[in-house]
Amino acid sequence: MSDKKAPQPPESEVTPETLYRRRREFIKNAGLFLGTAAAVGGGLYLLGPKRTRPGETPPPPEAGGKAGPAEPPADEAPIAQKSLGPYDTDEAQTPYDDVTSYNNFYEFGLDKGDPVQNAHTLKTRPWAVVVDGEVNKPQTVDIDQLLAWFPPEERIYRMRCVEAWSMVIPWLGIPLGELIKRVEPTSRAKYVAFTTLKDPEQMPGQKRRVLDWPYVEGLRLDEAVHPLTLLATGLYGKALPPQNGAPLRLVVPWKYGFKGIKSIVRITLTERQPPTTWNLAASNEYGFYANVNPAVDHPRWSQATERRIGEFRRRPTLPFNGYAEQVASLYTGMDLRENY
Amino acid sequence: MASPPFPWLKPAVLVGGLSPLALLLVQGLQGELGPNVIEVVLNQTGLLALVFLLVSLACTPLKLLFAWTWPLRLRKMLGLMAFAYAVLHFLTYAVVDQGLALGRIFQDITERSFIAVGFVALMLLVPLALTSTNASVRRLGFPTWQRLHRLVYVAAVLGVVHFVWRVKKDLTEPLIFAAVLAVLLGIRAVEAVRKRRRTRATPRPA
Repeated sequence: MSDKKAPQPPESEVTPETLYRRRREFIKNAGLFLGTAAAVGGGLYLLGPKRTRPGETPPPPEAGGKAGPAEPPADEAPIAQKSLGPYDTDEAQTPYDDVTSYNNFYEFGLDKGDPVQNAHTLKTRPWAVVVDGEVNKPQTVDIDQLLAWFPPEERIYRMRCVEAWSMVIPWLGIPLGELIKRVEPTSRAKYVAFTTLKDPEQMPGQKRRVLDWPYVEGLRLDEAVHPLTLLATGLYGKALPPQNGAPLRLVVPWKYGFKGIKSIVRITLTERQPPTTWNLAASNEYGFYANVNPAVDHPRWSQATERRIGEFRRRPTLPFNGYAEQVASLYTGMDLRENY
Repeated sequence: MASPPFPWLKPAVLVGGLSPLALLLVQGLQGELGPNVIEVVLNQTGLLALVFLLVSLACTPLKLLFAWTWPLRLRKMLGLMAFAYAVLHFLTYAVVDQGLALGRIFQDITERSFIAVGFVALMLLVPLALTSTNASVRRLGFPTWQRLHRLVYVAAVLGVVHFVWRVKKDLTEPLIFAAVLAVLLGIRAVEAVRKRRRTRATPRPA
């Protein structure tokens, strides 16, 4: 009432009531539209798998020191300039970030991005490995003692997962045969059984009974002492990250990746074929031998081809993952369709 | 003409429903889908196809249970989005993953029940997508159209079976889908039985 002189807009500029209401309605509808669209989109996003962004991969552990194997740091001895050993492949190596962020390690989660997020709870020092069974010198070996006995060598191997993807990884490791020789197998030793750590506090995935914990694997003795068979302690010239099976994992390059048991605490030589985790879980899909074989399909997909991580096109899978010349003789007389 | 109630609903569900696809595209182009991009796209499109299939199958139960009619107006669009994601899922497999190696794809479909079941589910959705227009309902007549569209029940069951077989060990997620589907089909079954009883109980006019 006090402000009668305030300028009034001319009648022509006043919004007609219907338009005014329509505008209110439009804003209300736009709000509801955005809210609903965001709710639907957000709900669908939550349903999807968690993703690891490249930046979230922790930096590689430093080489050397207590955690690392007795190897010079990578920048002092660039891997590319090393001469290739008799078993090394010269194929392009899978980037470090991919090797360490795309892992099947169910003790730390079922998604491939889970281990890199969760495996930091694993304490890799002190770490002891029991070597026992059909041996003359059963013993418990500290991991650092093991590294002192057998300074790790570099091996650049192809790795083929049973899920039809593959990588090329420069491992650091100890030939398993050297360790086996040292503990002196008895004449009854025919197989080697491996056991992973069982500790749900350090391996939270073990709180769910997805598999029978601890994870176990096995090899025939002649496979175990084959010069290709490695106990890996590092990759890319650095200590093995926990998501890749620190501090000690098996690498058998002519077999599917699931044979490569991680974070080993026990190696037992046995007379009988030991049980293996995936064989127990689904024996029609995962055999004891698990040799890479393009001619024997997985029940749900062909094994004839594979995708190398980082590549777009599939490539043919090679018998024994390309190591046939070295290992095919181990299986003469065996039906590899039967013994898959 | 009066504007329909909730005029924002359909476009909102469409935009929300397609947003995961846009996100997938953006993340893919920025290299944020991890070391195995094709695997992520395959899993995501397959999951979205199943989600939309189940959500489209929830429209009728929601009407039966709560007398809501608005979900029914979304049903066609939800079904078509399920189909679109299923087609993308198949194309990712056939074109991107297998590089259109027709022999291998044919072998996969004929020899591996896991893939066969998924493929049949997709094939069952094709006639439903093609006859999703109002004109098709008129041309076929509603009873015939309705019978045809009951194929979606088979497609959904096969889709869930495909998911169950896909999983390596932990069945939790596919079993959740199976349970939801069982509830949705169960409500329909109960309603069908009730309806039959009602018609029987009604005395016929002399």
